[in-house]
Amino acid sequence: MYNKKECVAMLLAGGQGSRLYALTKTVAKPAVPYGGKYRIIDFPLSNCVNSGIDTVGVLTQYQPLVLNEYVGNGQAWNLDRIHGGVHILPPYQTASGAQWYEGTANAIYQNLSFIDRYDPEYVVILSGDHIYKMDYSKMLQFHKEKGAECTIAVIDVPIHEASRFGIMFAHEDGSVYDFVEKPKEPKSTLASMGIYIFSYKTLKKYLIENENDKEATKDFGKNIIPALLQNGEKVFAYRFDGYWKDVGTIDSLWDANMELLAVNVDLDLYDPSWRIYSNNDSAAPHIIGKNAKIQSSMVTNGCYIDGTVETSVISGGVTIEEGALVQYSVLFPGAVVKKGAVVEYAIVGENSVVGEGSHVGAAPETIENKDEWGVAVVGHNIEVSDGAKVAPKQIISESI
Amino acid sequence: MSYNMTNVLGILFANTHEGAVPELAAKRTIASIPFGGRFRMVDFLLSGMSNSGMSKVGIITRSNYQSLLDHIGSARPWDLARTDGGLTLLAPFGRNNDTGLFKGKLDALSSCLSYIRHTDCEYVVLSDCDLVINPDFTHLLDVHIESGADITAVCHTDSYTEEETKDAACFKVGRGGRVEAVAINRAMAGKRTMDLNIYVMKTSLLINLVEDLVSLGKFSFSVDVLQGKYAELDIRAYEFSGFYRRICDLESYYHANMALLEPENLKKLMPRERPVYTKDRADAPAMYGFDSAVRNSLVANGCVIEGVVENSILFRGVKVEKGAVVRNSILMQDTVVGKDTTVSNIVTDKNVEIGDGLSVTSAESCPLYIAKGRILK
Repeated sequence: MYNKKECVAMLLAGGQGSRLYALTKTVAKPAVPYGGKYRIIDFPLSNCVNSGIDTVGVLTQYQPLVLNEYVGNGQAWNLDRIHGGVHILPPYQTASGAQWYEGTANAIYQNLSFIDRYDPEYVVILSGDHIYKMDYSKMLQFHKEKGAECTIAVIDVPIHEASRFGIMFAHEDGSVYDFVEKPKEPKSTLASMGIYIFSYKTLKKYLIENENDKEATKDFGKNIIPALLQNGEKVFAYRFDGYWKDVGTIDSLWDANMELLAVNVDLDLYDPSWRIYSNNDSAAPHIIGKNAKIQSSMVTNGCYIDGTVETSVISGGVTIEEGALVQYSVLFPGAVVKKGAVVEYAIVGENSVVGEGSHVGAAPETIENKDEWGVAVVGHNIEVSDGAKVAPKQIISESI
Repeated sequence: MSYNMTNVLGILFANTHEGAVPELAAKRTIASIPFGGRFRMVDFLLSGMSNSGMSKVGIITRSNYQSLLDHIGSARPWDLARTDGGLTLLAPFGRNNDTGLFKGKLDALSSCLSYIRHTDCEYVVLSDCDLVINPDFTHLLDVHIESGADITAVCHTDSYTEEETKDAACFKVGRGGRVEAVAINRAMAGKRTMDLNIYVMKTSLLINLVEDLVSLGKFSFSVDVLQGKYAELDIRAYEFSGFYRRICDLESYYHANMALLEPENLKKLMPRERPVYTKDRADAPAMYGFDSAVRNSLVANGCVIEGVVENSILFRGVKVEKGAVVRNSILMQDTVVGKDTTVSNIVTDKNVEIGDGLSVTSAESCPLYIAKGRILK
């Protein structure tokens, strides 16, 4: 079947997200819940479909079960297409052996034949780690106008945070002349967002060369981008100034959820012109019970809330019983907080149960030594027995 | 028993009883009346049929069906987008001599006999769409086949008011559940076994009944089949004991919605193993503001609440602004209640906008209806 596409997206979803600890023990990071009814991968997938990109390869490797089931045939994002659509791409066996994806560049290299089927002019490389709304078609337009071989989306970050990112150095016109991966002493604040548009011919050439280089770590940031710059290829930085959040750590995931509750949040989930789609269970609207008190919070369909909820993000199918208190917390789908329990400054994993009278997390002002404070985490499918205590900063991945 | 549920055809009547709720059915079918915060009436029976393994469902409609067409789409949400069968909308003018108006259920069925024959199912389930009900059709079929009845009619025994029985059939049920007498539209208060208008029978029997009776100018299922044939056919009553509500006027619509505030009722209507599906529109979760005070309410995704809400049903995308108070009301999709406005005992249709600083209230037992798209300022 010959079926040409101008632009194909490849979404790197195989990462473990080890800094989310118990929350990624059984699910890949892109499948981690966010914002009540979403999973992280909803953002790049919805961005693709809203940008007119209808062919997306999702590269999976680590704990793919939940992710595969969630993406399904792509119907939730209108990506169940006759030509193109969403395709899960796991590592596979070949006549010469089997190989895991060994780096971001190697993962794409192993799927060149997938991309070739669509004979695209351009390929967008995305990751499943970030929360943002972005029109990739505008970035592609920029890429074409500049006659670039590679365009990298960048965002201004505070200088003290710059050492966490790949930092770009660009001229006035956006052309990139240098790139440093996680510099100790950053001299620029233009951080790479991990979103690349390549002219496919160039990408393919560099991926093959990189693959043949036995020394290479087979990574976009470490190998491909530096090689392009070294050879004087036209690499451009595309500035993005909207909301963009890396949710790779417990703190940043909690922060990003709390930011949704802020009054002037840049991320408008209620904007009908750029909807974020998600694959949801069918559930009735949520019930706010006779004893409930709820303020400054987000609540999803299928919940039953009869306790007190303040400044929290409550996912679908959550139960909060009478007399329970939930504040400054994120409850994942199906979590249960029983009578009299307190959950504060915490993340509670999917289908976990916080028993009667138990206490998860603590407010920072109640802790003398600030180093001992942090967001408490209860992993997925865990039971916190009646009266038990989970200390701030504690992460539990077994029932207690 | 050698049948499986894919061999059972579902036929839904989208328009029957629309005169009962002229407010809500003015511009839509009974089947597409919004219900329960995010559903439409037809979702309950469609989901029940789909969850029971039925794969062929026809919806007979005759007028006002724009909203129904829009809602059903490809029928994917109910898992009824199938290459073989799936959901079929049976609109009027199916035959070249149709006038578009049906004289009764049998007339409507006769207009789509070719569809019924084509689906080639051994059994058929008929139902109206004025019920909020989620029956297990597998059990109904098992009971029907086991009993050897010609027709099994789903019914419920309870104490009813005159209002509730004035547009319904009631059965006298004898040994083995056999229907021994049928009273139609008698408006008799008291303990009755009321017909819920859900029937199961062999498709061949239905086709025979339709052809015989329509040729005699008889078009009513309840009068000409139930009442006319109970002596000749083995018609049995199937007592339904789960949660259900019948919508027979605006008041009953109001109370049926409010019944969902009882968590037990919601659980019975939508048990985990038999979810109710609907067309989704990708709303974000509901947002509760700093000064919101909400209790005893059913709230759908996409709502933004900054005021007070009590004993109410809020459909998707409703906005309750600062200082607003909403009590004992049903606010359909995208209703806006402006700043410092108080409303109680009202039912707003979709896209109603109530401005700032107003007061709209009605008496407790008779909710005030505000039509689709009205702007009160």
